[in-house]
Amino acid sequence: MQDLFLHYGYDFTEYSKTSLQRRVQRLFTLDKFPSFAEFRYRLKNDPHYFRRFVEEITVNVTEMLRDPGFYKTLRAKILPVLATYPFIRIWHAGCSTGEEVYSMAILLREAGLLHKSLLYGTDINPQVIERARSGIFPVSQMQKYSSNYLQSGGHMDFSSYYTANYDLAKFDTALAEKMIFSTHNLASDFSFNEFQLILCRNVLIYFERGLQTKVLNLLDSSLENFGFLALGNKESLRFSLIADRYRQFDGKEKIWRKVNEIH
Amino acid sequence: MRSIELIVIGGSAGSLQVLLSLFPWIPAGFPVPLLLVLHRNSQFESALEDILASRTSLLVSEVEEKEVPQPGNVYLAPADYHVLIEHDGSFSLDNSEPVHFSRPSIDVSFKTAADFYGDRLVCMLLSGGNADGAEGLAYVKARGGITVVQDPVDAESPFMPRFALQITQPCHILTGARMGEFIRSLWPPRHA
Repeated sequence: MQDLFLHYGYDFTEYSKTSLQRRVQRLFTLDKFPSFAEFRYRLKNDPHYFRRFVEEITVNVTEMLRDPGFYKTLRAKILPVLATYPFIRIWHAGCSTGEEVYSMAILLREAGLLHKSLLYGTDINPQVIERARSGIFPVSQMQKYSSNYLQSGGHMDFSSYYTANYDLAKFDTALAEKMIFSTHNLASDFSFNEFQLILCRNVLIYFERGLQTKVLNLLDSSLENFGFLALGNKESLRFSLIADRYRQFDGKEKIWRKVNEIH
Repeated sequence: MRSIELIVIGGSAGSLQVLLSLFPWIPAGFPVPLLLVLHRNSQFESALEDILASRTSLLVSEVEEKEVPQPGNVYLAPADYHVLIEHDGSFSLDNSEPVHFSRPSIDVSFKTAADFYGDRLVCMLLSGGNADGAEGLAYVKARGGITVVQDPVDAESPFMPRFALQITQPCHILTGARMGEFIRSLWPPRHA
């Protein structure tokens, strides 16, 4: 498999092996290949199929306002700090299909900050970035998102943010005006800006320790001093080399603040 | 006698009582780590860790990603994540699609544990109301692991053990009350 990844310019060597293997096995079964050799042949000779492959073996499970408690903390404690900046830059690293970016835009709009914000959403996977750009999500999810929204401290009618058409919900294009979506590979690409808030939730769990360190360094170099770094519920800076420069901002949520810069 | 290096216990509805009755049987200094994969409702903060810790002198904690299981510790699969055994024996977490409507899924932990531990593994399936765990248990057995299913007659929710018995013949079928004794009997390892 290794040569294949490199052939297309992707490097998955430092991904958690068992997790990756399980994803590959799942796709192999899902697409009903008669043998592994044929699976491999198709991957090597069909770039379209390879795109599907990248989409399927990376985990793209996401939802709007996932973990409402986290968003409640953003509203109550982080946005008031960001509000003091003349211009707010936020990076969603590994944004998948963009639900988290739209969630953030809703929070910013309700705090009256969206007009002076810029939200960057990046992912390794071109396919999901396309979907993120469209701002269209399955309408079947809206009931859950609406409930997440209320739990996160929202007071509006959540359905005012989208127009439902058959089984799809198209989100207000005004929300997307401040979003920039692009592919970015955390494993191999570089820092491209400085942000006051970076969200990278449930991404590091798929990487081995070495790659986690590398990615955390990348995030660190992309975060302004006194900026915030948000990780997934089961992720931590505890074992990382950058931990010294960060203080956990809210004991319960996985949000750290960069407290000093060592040059 | 082979040495057992990990015990994985999977359960759903009705399994908590079995777990609570089982822990007093496991002595301090027990040399094998235990991984508990229980279906929980992620919406509610669960006091499970505290409840279990109150019944045993073993150290009970939620799985941290890339953590290497330590002898005598009890690890709890966190709500909303699958727990996998990596190639180096460490735990990894994964929040990909639910399996059998479940995340954590018992099948995922059973199978990845079997890939790493082979016959040095014990997997136990307790009471529960869905099909999770059955396929994993068959997989464990095929790789030489020791498999145990709670007797459906004894289970508060018999569906899960009964489903498992339809697709695999486990090494042991035990009542909940016998499970603790069984785990204890694994230690010290008997020499053939």
